[in-house]
Amino acid sequence: MTTHKAPTESSWTVRLRNRLSRTVPPGQLLPDSQPVYVRSWIYVFGVATLAALMYVLVSGLVLTIKGSEWWHTSSLGHFVNSTHLWSVELFFLFMVLHLWGSFFMAAWRGRRALTWITGAVAFIGSIGTAFTGYLSQSNFDSQWISTQAKDGLNSVGIGAEFNVLNTGQMLLWHVMLLPVILGVLVVLHIVLVRRHGVVPPFDAVPPAQTETDRVVPERSAVAADERASMSAGQK
Amino acid sequence: MSIAGHSKRKDNTPDAHLFPTRPYDLVKEFVVALVVVGILTGLLAAVFSSPDRKAISLASWAKAAPGDVVTTAAAELAGTSTSASYGAPYNHASEGQKLGPLPLQKWGGVRIPVDSANELVITPLNTVKGDSSLTDALKTWQSANADKQAGWAGAYSDAIAAAPDADPAKVAKGDYGPVPVIAARFLTLAETGSLEGLLTTGETFYAVDETKPLLLLSDGAYLEDQARAEHLGGDQWGMMNETGSYPGQPWMWLYTFWYQVKPFSTSDNADALVWGLMAVLTLAFVFLPYIPGLRSLPRHLGVHRLIWRRRADGTAGW
Repeated sequence: MTTHKAPTESSWTVRLRNRLSRTVPPGQLLPDSQPVYVRSWIYVFGVATLAALMYVLVSGLVLTIKGSEWWHTSSLGHFVNSTHLWSVELFFLFMVLHLWGSFFMAAWRGRRALTWITGAVAFIGSIGTAFTGYLSQSNFDSQWISTQAKDGLNSVGIGAEFNVLNTGQMLLWHVMLLPVILGVLVVLHIVLVRRHGVVPPFDAVPPAQTETDRVVPERSAVAADERASMSAGQK
Repeated sequence: MSIAGHSKRKDNTPDAHLFPTRPYDLVKEFVVALVVVGILTGLLAAVFSSPDRKAISLASWAKAAPGDVVTTAAAELAGTSTSASYGAPYNHASEGQKLGPLPLQKWGGVRIPVDSANELVITPLNTVKGDSSLTDALKTWQSANADKQAGWAGAYSDAIAAAPDADPAKVAKGDYGPVPVIAARFLTLAETGSLEGLLTTGETFYAVDETKPLLLLSDGAYLEDQARAEHLGGDQWGMMNETGSYPGQPWMWLYTFWYQVKPFSTSDNADALVWGLMAVLTLAFVFLPYIPGLRSLPRHLGVHRLIWRRRADGTAGW
């Protein structure tokens, strides 16, 4: 009879699970409560940005499925294009409000610098994605914007690599490359927000708590790892 | 790495999980946001629609501004058009823009080589059959040396500019060689609507790269005239505008702003300077948490008091 060997730290599965737990401890991914200081409309704009992004993606997906010329010839296509345009405008409006809110709260405090950085890079990536969208419209706007934008890109030596006059290249950047990069950044940003929680007010002091009843995710996760290691070692 | 490691003032921000909590339904918040944003998007799309001004075809350009097409063809042949004298990445005709002492444009290299005279004008005309005067004109052009070609085309360009209303039909007599015939036939070719295809499918059946027709179109004055009428010029905050009264790309306001003010608005290196400045500002924006002074600004601005309100007695309102 063979005995089933308990998983150890050498197990890739255990290591991945522990890593994920350390990143976002159980219960923190979708918590049903928030710190008491989360009580302002400014917090709504993060989730509003996400909601607008959903409409950007869905309307963009329909335009992608139907092809780049569809919206020029179909009234339904034109409406879908209009929803794409306005959801993008709302996306940026909410994102900018979220960004200013985060700035005024100095939301990078308390080991949240990477959260800020991923958000900032996502904002810049969104500008690039929207820009390639304007280049992919195949209308007068695209002609004018591309012929003007080429000068900026060429002036710093990157116009050949990112050729705004090449409609095929810009369309692929718009519908595939940039959305994928942006998607990864957005997911990373949200994971970091959930991992660290919402930044507390300046000079806020939490109520005194004993060491044992504190719920510190990183520590909890490390403790879980240690328990798992001890358990594996004992077996 | 924590901010505290870089700061004289230690970052004492406590862990968010140490604070008392109150019920908060994230999923409900997201669903409500989806509904509200969906309604807003649908309403805005239904009421305001979206702009779609038709692209300018080379045929419509020839029909609307024939003189501009002829003038542009002459400039391409003379090597004085924007694309012909551009520099990298299209040719070696100029050094291009510099960022201070750094010739970044030149360093980018000629990686999309475009010979404006031959690729934008002569090669498409070589496909025309059954026009003996054109065939003769092209033979004369191709048998002449570069200096002679430039002399003919330059003289013709100058003559057009000097003609009443810059009308090619009113050009004074002169030694222009075969250029007037070539330019006139180029206009005819554009009018037929076949020029675009000749510029885009020369090497491949699939036309997805519009580099050459767009370079040609932007070498003329017509595209810019149309854009300026729509308030899309570079000095009209055009980079963030859109045709009609649509919001365009307001998030580009800062980038667009620099083009409206000196020294950028009057510099030959405006693009490189603005890109350089925006690169610095972007890095500062991304790495704001690590910049002493700037990272402390929000505390002193006090806007956070509108977010985290306090009661009249000074105790936390949350």
